[in-house]
Amino acid sequence: MSEKPRKFKGGVHPNDSKALSALKPIQDAPLLESYKVIMHQNIGAPPELVVKKGDEVKKGDLLAKASGFVSVPLHAPTSGTIKMIDKCPGPTGISIPSIEITADGEDEWGDTFEVIRDWKNTGSEQLKQRVWDAGIVGMGGAGFPAHVKLSPPEGKTVDTLIINGAECEPYLTADHRLMLEQGEDVVQGTAILARALGLKSAVIGIEENKPDAIAALQEIAANYGVEVQPLPVNYPQGAERQLIYAITGREVPIGKLPMDVHCVVQNVATAVAVADAVVKGRPSIERVTTVTGKSVVEPGNWRFRLGTPVSKALELVGGVSEQPAKLLLGGPMMGIAQSSLDVTVMKNTSGILLIAKDEASLYTSEPCIRCGRCVECCPMNILPATISQAVENKRFDWAEDLNVLACIECGSCSYVCPSHRPLNQHFKRAKIEIQAQLRKKK
Amino acid sequence: MSIALIAIISVGVLGGFLGVIIGIVAKVFAVEVDERIEGVNDLLPGANCGGCGFAGCTDFAKGMVAESATPDQCPVCSSEDVKNIADYLGIVAEEKEKKVAVVRCVGDAKNTVRSLYNGVRDCRSAVLVASGAKGCDYGCLGFGSCADACPFGAIEIRDALAVVHPDLCVGCENCVAACPKDLIIMAPASADVHVYCNSPEKGAAKRKVCKTACIACRKCVKASGEEDHMLVDGFLIRTNYENPPAAELVEASACPTTALRQASKQAAGAYEGVSE
Repeated sequence: MSEKPRKFKGGVHPNDSKALSALKPIQDAPLLESYKVIMHQNIGAPPELVVKKGDEVKKGDLLAKASGFVSVPLHAPTSGTIKMIDKCPGPTGISIPSIEITADGEDEWGDTFEVIRDWKNTGSEQLKQRVWDAGIVGMGGAGFPAHVKLSPPEGKTVDTLIINGAECEPYLTADHRLMLEQGEDVVQGTAILARALGLKSAVIGIEENKPDAIAALQEIAANYGVEVQPLPVNYPQGAERQLIYAITGREVPIGKLPMDVHCVVQNVATAVAVADAVVKGRPSIERVTTVTGKSVVEPGNWRFRLGTPVSKALELVGGVSEQPAKLLLGGPMMGIAQSSLDVTVMKNTSGILLIAKDEASLYTSEPCIRCGRCVECCPMNILPATISQAVENKRFDWAEDLNVLACIECGSCSYVCPSHRPLNQHFKRAKIEIQAQLRKKK
Repeated sequence: MSIALIAIISVGVLGGFLGVIIGIVAKVFAVEVDERIEGVNDLLPGANCGGCGFAGCTDFAKGMVAESATPDQCPVCSSEDVKNIADYLGIVAEEKEKKVAVVRCVGDAKNTVRSLYNGVRDCRSAVLVASGAKGCDYGCLGFGSCADACPFGAIEIRDALAVVHPDLCVGCENCVAACPKDLIIMAPASADVHVYCNSPEKGAAKRKVCKTACIACRKCVKASGEEDHMLVDGFLIRTNYENPPAAELVEASACPTTALRQASKQAAGAYEGVSE
């Protein structure tokens, strides 16, 4: 893979604003009095509760067990008592079941997993099982159970593991800091993931705007037979399909998965969680999150435990210098707007972003002027302008014919649209309506 | 003979010849149409709302003539219209009760808004972004997907709340499927008193996000005395549509959150302000 990476068609270059937090080392968030851990943190089936109100738990103890193959267990972020199991605000704005733990201040580990030091000689099944037991999901944002991606179904083979260190979302620097400070863990996790897939090597793709991370990882990677591939800076370089194309030149057909072109993509934060689970025997109970924004007093990168409320996270960064206009979980392009400060950090919360008033102008959507900018920038080669008109007329069948299901919701079209049309929201709606129709037909 | 004359005669002869052919074909290949379809169609309202389950009024008329449908399936027809159609077809019409839509929420912009929403003005799109602008997970989003779906203009969006006009509503049920929160039910038109809340949360949690939520204080249950006009369903009271209460119950129970309302007065905008 020493050849020059390919540049995918389209994409945008938003102001990345990463300088706000890129030089801030990762800090451990202090222990809080209580944590509200959202039950359903993965794509797939929600886990099954195994604790009840009043139970004493140690740090890392099981709170809920996987309820199926596409489901992952959930573990306690600290030692303490289960205060209640009730509904709390979730990232989608709807209250969802959560487990509230009152910390006892001891922060004492329970019986964690057996440490696998000699992972180089451990079978792939055992490594996969550990990834599952540790409750690891895709920590880049999607929250897809990591072990599922390590288990190719019958008839599909994997020859390339790609670790996504592109971090193309503006503002976010959590992965960047991880690669700089925990390069050994990133590379080791990568090598473990490669072994679990039965591969000898893997590629870590990093955007060229992080030369320090590229240099740091290149030094370590050679020892593990892992390659580091600098990538051109272009949003959404970190999207699965674009990343696979840039590194291998393979295009994932619409409606197919990366495995259909023999690739598996995992995030660098996921690799670190895997290294923690295997080498340190620790379940996935914390993650590095960037808390940033123009109005944040001290933007930075923090290691939060699951269940840390956003309000507490904002206290750690010194609050805000002015009333922000918007709170997003994730980056500005794909993050989800929040309406409550009580929402808590989940396994896939890569950023807590406050958008200042002057950055978040409230536009009114105008009719499409057919300038074609969205078509030019769409990395999936679909026609955002035409599809949005189909959706506005509730013609989801047209939208389906125009391949709206290929949309990766990267938000590039909404970003460039001079008429400020809510294109991305239209496509999300269309995808949901079409999938509901398909389910009905079945 | 001039060229003009030749043209006129040849076109005339050709026209006459084709006319004869068309006449023969029309006789030989004539499609038998039951004239009753036309007759029944004339008696139908012609709104093409689809409330009967057919593609439109003509399709419904065909269904009735073919005896795969009965006149009372039309939600728009009054009982008199139904009787007329039944008489025309020589069948006996069943009595049916008229139903109207009830939006089980009265949390308007004054009472429940928690955040600004600047996206697509459509309920089904709004639920995708932080679940819309309102504080309650179960309440009306107020972007009027139901009003758009109503072919009779019976739903009005007032202060970010869908309000049904019972006198305009014909009960076609188009709005029921349009609501992403499943707020709309079809209730008998004879029942005027409804509980305008659909949140199954505990009373205190509901009050936090909405001033007009039903907190299940049971004042209305007590006020209806021995009669089971009102049913308790967890932390929510519902009208018993099998035995609906009289309009006086609203006054008698003095609902502290005004969640118990009369549909007719609600449509007229009689409920201004909320008791604290």
